[in-house]
Amino acid sequence: MAAAPKTNKLGLTVKDYRGGQSTLCKGCGHDVITNTIISAFYEMGVEPHMVAKLSGIGCSSKTPAYFLNGAWGFNSVHGRMPSIATGVALANRELLNIGVSGDGDTASIGMGQFVHMLRRNTPCIYLVENNGVYGLTKGQFSATADEGSTSKGGVANDLPAIDLCTMAIELGCGFVARSFSGDRKQLLQILKAAIAYEGTAMIDILSPCVTFNNHAGSTKSYDWGKDHEGPIHELGFVPNWEEPDVDFSEGGTVEVPLPDGGVVWVKPLENTNHDPRDKAAALKLLHEDYLDESVYNTGIMYLDPSRETLQDDMDMPAEPLWNMPLEKLRPSRAAMDEIVEALR
Amino acid sequence: MSEPSTAPDSAATSHPEPIVNRLSIQVATVNGSGSQTANNTLLRAIFQMGIPVSGKNLFPSNIAGLPTWFTIRANADGYTARRKEVDVLVCMNAQTAQEDVAGVPAGTSIIYEESLNLSGLRDDVEFYPVPFAKLVRDVCPVVGLRRLVVNMIYVGVVAELIGIDTEEIEKALQKAFATKPKALDLNVDAVKAGLAWAQENIQSRPRFRVERMDKTAGKVLVDGNYASAVGALFAGVTVAAWYPITPSSSLTESLIELADKYRLDPETGKKNIAILQAEDELAAIGNVIGAAWAGARAMTSTSGPGISLMSEFIGLGYYAEVPAVLVNVQRTGPSTGLPTRTMQGDVLFCAYNSHGDTRHPCYYPADIKEAYEFTMHAFDAAERFQTPVFVLSDLDLGMNLWMAEPFEYPEGGIDRGKVLDERALAEVEDWGRYKDVDGDGIPYRTIPGTPGGKGAYFTRGSGHDEYAVYSEDGDVYAGNVDRLKRKISGSADYLPQPEVDDRGSQVGLIAYGTSHDAVSEARDQLRGEHDIETDYLRVRSFPFPASVQAWIEAHDRVYVIEQNRDGQMRNLMRIEMPAVADHLQSIRHYTGMPLDARTVTDAVVAAEASAKESN
Repeated sequence: MAAAPKTNKLGLTVKDYRGGQSTLCKGCGHDVITNTIISAFYEMGVEPHMVAKLSGIGCSSKTPAYFLNGAWGFNSVHGRMPSIATGVALANRELLNIGVSGDGDTASIGMGQFVHMLRRNTPCIYLVENNGVYGLTKGQFSATADEGSTSKGGVANDLPAIDLCTMAIELGCGFVARSFSGDRKQLLQILKAAIAYEGTAMIDILSPCVTFNNHAGSTKSYDWGKDHEGPIHELGFVPNWEEPDVDFSEGGTVEVPLPDGGVVWVKPLENTNHDPRDKAAALKLLHEDYLDESVYNTGIMYLDPSRETLQDDMDMPAEPLWNMPLEKLRPSRAAMDEIVEALR
Repeated sequence: MSEPSTAPDSAATSHPEPIVNRLSIQVATVNGSGSQTANNTLLRAIFQMGIPVSGKNLFPSNIAGLPTWFTIRANADGYTARRKEVDVLVCMNAQTAQEDVAGVPAGTSIIYEESLNLSGLRDDVEFYPVPFAKLVRDVCPVVGLRRLVVNMIYVGVVAELIGIDTEEIEKALQKAFATKPKALDLNVDAVKAGLAWAQENIQSRPRFRVERMDKTAGKVLVDGNYASAVGALFAGVTVAAWYPITPSSSLTESLIELADKYRLDPETGKKNIAILQAEDELAAIGNVIGAAWAGARAMTSTSGPGISLMSEFIGLGYYAEVPAVLVNVQRTGPSTGLPTRTMQGDVLFCAYNSHGDTRHPCYYPADIKEAYEFTMHAFDAAERFQTPVFVLSDLDLGMNLWMAEPFEYPEGGIDRGKVLDERALAEVEDWGRYKDVDGDGIPYRTIPGTPGGKGAYFTRGSGHDEYAVYSEDGDVYAGNVDRLKRKISGSADYLPQPEVDDRGSQVGLIAYGTSHDAVSEARDQLRGEHDIETDYLRVRSFPFPASVQAWIEAHDRVYVIEQNRDGQMRNLMRIEMPAVADHLQSIRHYTGMPLDARTVTDAVVAAEASAKESN
């Protein structure tokens, strides 16, 4: 008899978190992220039917079809996923939003909605699968392409890149991380922490496009990523039902408890000592990184779980609005009389 | 701002004696000078005297400084459409005074600030110079407030001259300043100063008078945006997302005000609604679509430019079959157009909004009752047909005060359409999100978060099959959009049916929305003045039910009356009912002003005359 498959705290197997077959190019960074999402939701024991998988338009935005078949998905309009996420959050605050976007979908057409989602702290794990290029329309630069990097055809990009992490911190996002699809181990921990985090968790992930942006001259290729990626710390997440397997007393380890009882921890590496609770330090680190072409820092840049979410800020009831009974929504006859009387 | 015309109000022709309860007052002021409160006080006082009345605010797109006009029409017969002619003119704006005086018909009574020296301009009108500047100095010691308070002095003068009861003015003021007792006293004093001055210093009185009657008992005075907000509130709206735009802003602002009071949960103390001011209309409709997808009754309020921005999402809503209620308070376009003027300008734009083949249910409310009821009903239609639905109000209905019967409390529940919950899903053998099980084109949907392991699906704006699976198969695509067409066509019988008033005539008038009042009055003018009897069909929704075509076919000549340049409703009817396309003539009004009866009457008379000639 075969051994029973491994299950999570809900008794579900990793299969229960899988989705449809990917139709992206073989070797696409996005597929690595998809698989990491599957692992993270499985390990966190999230009920698939309580997840809303949201996206805009683009290669990245196709990926919600490739994970969590048991969740509802919504592949919406280019650059407008944040508004969908916000609507979902208002209708049913018990759902867990995961939004998958790309650099075109976020940093160009969707910039307006992106920044306002950050301002509002809309509960949503917001992933940017960042490859610096428009894949579905065959290789145009996006707004995150580095100045001086070249296209497949050899044309140099002459506009400065937008750094989404810097922007997210400036706009009040309390969970700002950067990762690389070539570093699954780190990404998994970040994603698990993001699942437990309540507001907008913005994760900017370098995710190479094997077809249009994986050449020499690109600063978003696998080779470039492998050569330049430098984690700023070792990091992990301990869910609220698990005992920590790390020694927090070890030198320099920073623990950041989340409201649900889970703990994010980071441990300094040899040459780095970044405290993700320090906003100014995070901005400085990202600024230096932006100027220095030789490094690409990854890790949790900034973490502040104290900020109110959209729903708390709006003082919304704990009960989801979408299925409140009519008795709670339709005012009484006396109320109507009062409304009418005021108009006489 | 008077449009040249010499036509008298109905039944007001050449009376040597006083003309009672048939008059139009026009007040010309400067925008931002607080005259709105004064004008509404006059309007409300006349209403409280039992006289049918309406008010039209003709204002510029400006915070302060540009000219603005307010017209009040009191009419014993209940005609409350805008009337072009003016009987009593109040000139408070030096900038437009000369033009204002030039534009009124002979016999008009003109009240004006005496320093404007207008009395030499004409000798066929009556002038009433009033020292407003001096009077306000006496009554209002605070210099900075005089600009506002002076308006209440003309309220007093007008009240004295045409016979508005002082106690009704005071009652109206108490309503306006209910929360500001200090301001109330000052304003009452100003009204009294105007009254007293007129009493002592003006011997003659205008021919136009008001006298108490009993035609407004039980009625309310309210604007259409407020009525829509009440409709949404009682429909059980749970998510409203909006972006401010004239003339729709006061709709959601009214909803906020109402929800603060009537959506407070007695147990939790929280508000059982989420109202979000979005960063733009693109986001507002995204919020609505996202919320409705997740099960909420969701709405937005906007105007034409907002619909332009929302169009991509509206196509998604149609194709992915997500409910949404959009109240479009239309204004004069294209582009920024005349943003504070009215137009029935988005009829075609909404009916087929977005790219590809689309078709959307539309409501055309004509009055307060319909603004309330149609907005409420739109939530049922949106969920029943799982699609975006438009309520096409306009600036005239949305922002002006209308007389109306009180809102009727909704009887019965709400229609949430075909939604499968966990139990219902368990009984379904082979559920497909876009499967036409009942033959009406309406599939069964599920709400995210439904437990049981069945019912999750992937919503997309790209091609999909009956099971919501991505598909680029041409036959699958065609089958799907054919079903959508059937589904939306099926809404024709669910939506409000046309209102018909047939009198056995071969002349048919078709109108919709806020053209209704002017058309009703025009029909009486046509009958009384020109011996032309008309039948009348008022369209109240799109898609059109079959009865509309049958009615058109039953008439020799049909005129479609509307407030836009191109005859949008006429054109929509031509597209939808090609068999009668050549049968529809167009009467159009597009100055940004609400339609008036005389315009309609003149056009029908001319068209009927040329029809006779060609016979």
